[in-house]
Amino acid sequence: MLKISADKLNSLFDAISAKQTLYITVDNEKGSAEYKKYESGMTLSKSLNTVRSAKDFFFPQTENLADFKVEGKNIEVIDVREESEDFVVFGVRACDARSFTILDKVFLSEPVDSYYKNRREHSTIITMACTKPAETCFCTAFGMDPTVPEGDVAVFSDGENYFFLERTEKGKKFIASISDMLEDGDTAKLNEVQEKARNIMKKLPLANLSTKSFGGERLMKHFNSEKWAELSESCLGCGTCTFVCPTCQCYDIRDFNTGHGIKRFRCWDSCMYSDFTKMAHGNSRNSQLERFRQRFMHKLVYFPANNNGEFGCVGCGRCLSKCPVSMNIVKVMKALEDKE
Amino acid sequence: MNNDTLIPLIGVVTDIRQDTPDVKTFRVNAIEGGKVFEHMPGQCAMLSIPGVGEGMFSITSSPTNKEFMEFSIKKCGCLTTWLHAMDVGQQITIRGPYGNYFPVETDLKGKDLLFIAGGIGLAPLRSVINYVRDNRANYGDVQIIYGSRSKDDLVDYQEIIDEWQADPNIKVNLTIDREQEGWDGHVGFVPNYVKELNPSTNKTVLVCGPPIMIKFTLAGLKELGFTETQVYTTMELRMKCGVGKCGRCNIGNKYVCKDGPVFRFDQLGELPDEY
Amino acid sequence: MQEAMIKRAKELLADGTVNRVIGWKKGEFFYDATPAVFRTAEELDRQFIFDDFTQANVSKYLVKESRKDGKILAFLKPCDTYSFNQLVKEHRIIRENVYVVGVPGGPKLDIEKIKAKGITGVLSVKNENYTLKIETLYGTEEMPFYEAISGKCESCKSKKHVAYDELIGEDGEVLESNRFDMVEKLENMTAEERFNFWQNELSKCIRCNACRNVCPACTCENCVFDNPKSGVDNKAPADSFEEKMFHIIRAFHVAGRCTDCGECSRVCPQNIPLHLLNRKFIKDINSLYGEYQAGADTTTKAPLNDYNTDDCEPSIVHERGVE
Repeated sequence: MLKISADKLNSLFDAISAKQTLYITVDNEKGSAEYKKYESGMTLSKSLNTVRSAKDFFFPQTENLADFKVEGKNIEVIDVREESEDFVVFGVRACDARSFTILDKVFLSEPVDSYYKNRREHSTIITMACTKPAETCFCTAFGMDPTVPEGDVAVFSDGENYFFLERTEKGKKFIASISDMLEDGDTAKLNEVQEKARNIMKKLPLANLSTKSFGGERLMKHFNSEKWAELSESCLGCGTCTFVCPTCQCYDIRDFNTGHGIKRFRCWDSCMYSDFTKMAHGNSRNSQLERFRQRFMHKLVYFPANNNGEFGCVGCGRCLSKCPVSMNIVKVMKALEDKE
Repeated sequence: MNNDTLIPLIGVVTDIRQDTPDVKTFRVNAIEGGKVFEHMPGQCAMLSIPGVGEGMFSITSSPTNKEFMEFSIKKCGCLTTWLHAMDVGQQITIRGPYGNYFPVETDLKGKDLLFIAGGIGLAPLRSVINYVRDNRANYGDVQIIYGSRSKDDLVDYQEIIDEWQADPNIKVNLTIDREQEGWDGHVGFVPNYVKELNPSTNKTVLVCGPPIMIKFTLAGLKELGFTETQVYTTMELRMKCGVGKCGRCNIGNKYVCKDGPVFRFDQLGELPDEY
Repeated sequence: MQEAMIKRAKELLADGTVNRVIGWKKGEFFYDATPAVFRTAEELDRQFIFDDFTQANVSKYLVKESRKDGKILAFLKPCDTYSFNQLVKEHRIIRENVYVVGVPGGPKLDIEKIKAKGITGVLSVKNENYTLKIETLYGTEEMPFYEAISGKCESCKSKKHVAYDELIGEDGEVLESNRFDMVEKLENMTAEERFNFWQNELSKCIRCNACRNVCPACTCENCVFDNPKSGVDNKAPADSFEEKMFHIIRAFHVAGRCTDCGECSRVCPQNIPLHLLNRKFIKDINSLYGEYQAGADTTTKAPLNDYNTDDCEPSIVHERGVE
């Protein structure tokens, strides 16, 4: 397999970023990882994953949809869309890479969301195989192998080298574009590292988490479960789980008066919020129980019902780390699963 | 870049009719005249005033109307209050059509139809009623049962009197909730009136109105011997995108904006009671 | 301590003093307890937990819980009792419906601090003479206890319970704390440096509202930021001004009521030091109106709700703002 030695990784980043915008994962001053636009001298994060997921690249927290000029009774619609620049994201984990295929099912289904599609088409996703999963990881429950992630190119580290595996046509082109910096490498040590990671995977505390109690056919059973009252009891109704989640994609559309025109923008929204379904004449989900239930039913039942059984969770573990009251999808799944 | 459904078109309000104290019907044309887009009966459109808000409204005019679209809108929130304050000539943004529609070309064809509406619930049904009138040969008997709080709250009263009641091929039964001077018609709630009228159970029913009216009407129809597969309704939940992506108007795994707004009651029965 | 608490809770349930208990429920791991209401002795035995990681302040839940039938037992740490008092003072908690058992406070540990050291796959933590022995999927790691303590415990203001019906364990004292050190540092910056500091921090905000929703001082039935009728409702910043507006308005709104419980910074997924905004207000109130600690009791009038002839002139705020 083609590889580059670890000490040359930054020169590779320099070379990529000379041609197109490159984002890599870096550690911030507080020790947590985030995606940053690469500038010479930055080093790739050692953390397992970023706090904010990689969905931001395609579905940003806020984005302008259109502008309006209002003059008297007349309205002019201004299309503000611009062709996205080509960009490369380096260091995406298997879970986040899978989240893109889930987001694709929403945004690229008819009618196609041109904002999302534009950025998606201009991106090259370089994933990074996991070698040290955390105790909060459970991507294997959703059928992933984090030692061989999806993406356009998968990168594997054996500690001394980074190996490059093309996974799509786009990835093939990308590797060709940097091939002068790569050399053929021996993968013996890499295989060892992978084997070790796979063994760890089996020992993860959540390795036995099962999805077999979930899916579209369990809709009414789970919806009517008595467990929701206890599960949702301590929920604060904040949007942390939603916003750190790589697959949550609900949005709001709002207008903002800039003083010299109206900006219509889309922003992240959360089904956990009390006004999410509020109308002038009523609210279809009045209680936090209903809102809490909606979020987990969507991931575990409604999404698979509409997408051939595919779940709307990738097991990244962010909600496990970040919920202020430590409620999360794992606790929900364990409470609702069939007891033999 | 291709058009995006989230980027709206412009419509011009060319006529405003005060229907009831809190309902106005707005006629909307494209700037160059004609309709902004075509639709089917029961479909909806997103109307907005930039800076005020955007909302989903059912298109109350029939697709057979080739000149304009109409929206009957009740004043109840921020956007609708603004819409009610508009004058003729005002431009609005419009996008759509969204959602499914009453199966006028399939399941409803050849059937005896019973329309049951309460208050502003007539708006989506009016589109179907006029579609049926314009294609009268395709359908059997047509009966309309419509009720409101008072005579003044009957939407499209003039059209009901002048056209529907005058049409020998349509039976119209009106009712109002309480006695009122100048009203010699029926008095009482819609669900009870339906039971009194005891319509034949071979009819296909299209019902729309406030949730509580729909609930009792359905119960009444069942008592009369109707089955859920005979009854259609149209739903309304909070919407933002109109295309099943923004995530808020779902009932179970169905999005009202995309999979609805028209549902048959047996379909609704398979979904959670969360609307 | 946990055993003593469970034992006492069971007694109080059994003798009918209370019909519910609010505390912390065991999680999937050793560090992810969830605030929870227990109704039976069996639930307590099976799930109740109180240890180095039970950080959450449960006092805000009592706003709702104290309005239900029967009395609820609340286990409160010293810092939580300040929030409790403040909520009682604001008539948000119905005092007579709560039976408060004071329990010792921290320092509590924060798993995020352990993970920030690059320690991953943690399975258990043991405190051996203030060295943490951390079992992980990748072997045993060690780190000093004090480097893992929760941000909110780092500058603990008090080990004294200011409200309780009974105590388990000894009561402590109000402490001399260093909690205003960072505020002073910020005050000593130039306006531009300070602006840049906050710009950098607040631009990380994802507007998840965790800080607001966890905050015991934020108990409005309908927050202005959620209420379409307020005209300032928003879910995401539309520009760089709005990015700061939410947090600044929130800090103003809780000024004089914030007890400095530290929950806002604890729950922030982006690690924004939100408590510094509140501490600035506390420090200013102390220096402008005399020492005041919100939640210290349920009777003293708050400086911003009170008027005295020796209150500082409003112009002082303006003067202080000029460089």
